[in-house]
Amino acid sequence: MDTLAPLVLLLPLAGFLVNAFFGRVLPRQVAGWVGAGSIGLAFLAALAILTQVVGGQRLDQTYFTWWQTADFNLPFNLYVDPVSTLMILVITGVGFLIHLYSIGYMAEDPGFARFFAYMNLFVFSMLLLVLSGNFVWLIIGWAGVGLSSYLLIGFWYQRTSAVLAARKAFVMNTIGDVGMVFAAFLVFLNLRVLDYHDVFSRIHQLPKGGAVITAICLLLLIGAVAKSAQLPLHTWLPDAMEGPTPVSALIHAATMVTAGVYLIARMHSLYDWAPAAATTVAIIGGVTAFFAATIGMAQVDIKRILAYSTMSQIGYMFLAVGIGAYAAGMFHFMTHAFFKALLFMAAGNVIHAFHDDQDIRHMGNLRAGMPITFWTFLIGTLSITGFPLITAGFWSKDEIIRAAISAAGSEFWLGVIALITAGLTGFYMFRLFFIAFGWEWLSRDERHLHEAVPIQTVPIIILAVGAVVGGFIPVGNFLQPVFGHAVEVGAAAFWGLAALSVLVALVGFGFAYLLYARRPELAVQWRTRIAPIHTLVEHKYYVDELYDRVFVRPGFALARFLNDIVEPKVIDGAVDGVAHLWVEEARELRLIQSGRVRTYGIFTLGGAVGVLLLVTYFLGYLPVKPA
Amino acid sequence: MPVPAYTFLVLSGLLFTMGAVGFLVRRNPLVVFMCIELMLNAVNLAFAAESRYLNSLDGVVFAFLVITVAAAEVVVGIAIIVQVYRSGRQMDVDQLDLMKE
Repeated sequence: MDTLAPLVLLLPLAGFLVNAFFGRVLPRQVAGWVGAGSIGLAFLAALAILTQVVGGQRLDQTYFTWWQTADFNLPFNLYVDPVSTLMILVITGVGFLIHLYSIGYMAEDPGFARFFAYMNLFVFSMLLLVLSGNFVWLIIGWAGVGLSSYLLIGFWYQRTSAVLAARKAFVMNTIGDVGMVFAAFLVFLNLRVLDYHDVFSRIHQLPKGGAVITAICLLLLIGAVAKSAQLPLHTWLPDAMEGPTPVSALIHAATMVTAGVYLIARMHSLYDWAPAAATTVAIIGGVTAFFAATIGMAQVDIKRILAYSTMSQIGYMFLAVGIGAYAAGMFHFMTHAFFKALLFMAAGNVIHAFHDDQDIRHMGNLRAGMPITFWTFLIGTLSITGFPLITAGFWSKDEIIRAAISAAGSEFWLGVIALITAGLTGFYMFRLFFIAFGWEWLSRDERHLHEAVPIQTVPIIILAVGAVVGGFIPVGNFLQPVFGHAVEVGAAAFWGLAALSVLVALVGFGFAYLLYARRPELAVQWRTRIAPIHTLVEHKYYVDELYDRVFVRPGFALARFLNDIVEPKVIDGAVDGVAHLWVEEARELRLIQSGRVRTYGIFTLGGAVGVLLLVTYFLGYLPVKPA
Repeated sequence: MPVPAYTFLVLSGLLFTMGAVGFLVRRNPLVVFMCIELMLNAVNLAFAAESRYLNSLDGVVFAFLVITVAAAEVVVGIAIIVQVYRSGRQMDVDQLDLMKE
């Protein structure tokens, strides 16, 4: 295992280097298969690691020491336990399928090799993030993920909107990075170590629930919130949909945005020691889940709806890890990776078929024109809405709702919010499905559509299988050595809650069916009746506008003030002032150059006499003696 | 009867003062020039006298150096004065202020 773990890490790095340096000269097919193949091989290595981890092996191996001082050294060590194993399996597995899909999706793009270089860099950073055994390499991976996300969102750099979205994502992520760095500072200041193993074993030296541990956990939470697009640092994710669709699938659905969930699960011994911070995580998660779901109900851009549903689902995961149901959060992470990557890639096929039009109201005739995409998208929709028993989403989401509702105290209400959100999810996902995929039931649609090529449909079919059977993977048992036993509830409560959540989702589905499939005129009527609320939700609660007023515009104003006032007046003024002073002085001084020899003679003589007097004075030959 | 050293220094001082005053008050370039020579030679006299009294050749060597510099200076200076005279300017150092700022 001590060679397999670095192999998982180095294969995507090798793919990145090959495509970054030789991508321009390689044939397209080679560049694409280098990109996808390196991830595929890394997946095989991750599978080999899985067999050993199931066998009970762990790894905390130092490969080299980055730098060292007398009483502190910083190793490069990899940490493999069930949590990181689950992460690398999903990252490389789902990542491989998305790379395959990209070979087809990006086939016409002039930046083909550059795309795969960025994608491999992303996968490498993400793997470094989850495999790192100490805070410093975690932060390096964390920042690398932010960088490659920036590069990929701004991949079509000729578009202004893409560049702006990339910049926004980078700024938001940097806020989180600062939180991470300060958290690491605090850990080091108080414990003098940065190694996970040492930190986790020494953390109990700090007072439980004390200011230090709570501050560390809250700073880590800032990082997690920024990366996972939770309130209040969520605004970058919908804009990030400017990137190519495989990027949305890989980064903004399956892997990167779940880094925050991983972070909190990885640091669970810290959060267990800081209950207030953990509760904050749960509240942020619950509120975001509900908040994002309501926005998703009023959007018309297919990728944005999926982006808000991602925010909402990650809210579920935050809720889970916040109330201590870490295994449930990681379980939902895995199933979500399956069905959300599937939904995004299917949406990418649809967007291609409609020539880059992302408005769901313009779509239609998909069942006849693109049957594979249609049926797989339906499976993804059923899974995310929690269709009972046979979909993965049902099992993982119910586990979170169950954990929240059965918890005592305020978590109960978060569970209720999660339950309501399940209904909203049913509504907005089926609204999307009926409008985009089912329009032909209302008006005969004769548009002729082509199904995507096999390299784009096969990965989706594989993910569809995952979105169904993923719920039967015993993730909870696999993670039990790390997180301990999950909260058990009786069979009656189990099935009662399951029935309740299905019922709530069915209500959502029913409304969507009524408004968008059966009687669309009702949707128009209702929309006018609740016009103010609809506008509010459609504009995403005006959060972007609020940030624009509060942060962006004052920032610009400050910059303009510094540029127009401080720079020319204060800084240039000081420098120019010194120069002017000397010019003025020189203008008067140069008058002594009169050209008259006798004047010079007097100055010279006077100077000579002065020097002579001084010398004799200091040598003591004058009547006046020096002191 | 040996002549005391200070008499040479007094004479040197007198000659230098005459040269300096002449430099400052006269306006004919040639006379100004001669005053400079007078000052140089006053210093030479002091050098030579002290050299003799201190039984050291250093002062004499310095005097030779000054004589050489004075000779070179005369060559350049007289040439300039002659050129100025031939250009038809008034021979008055106060009027010759082409180098003023």
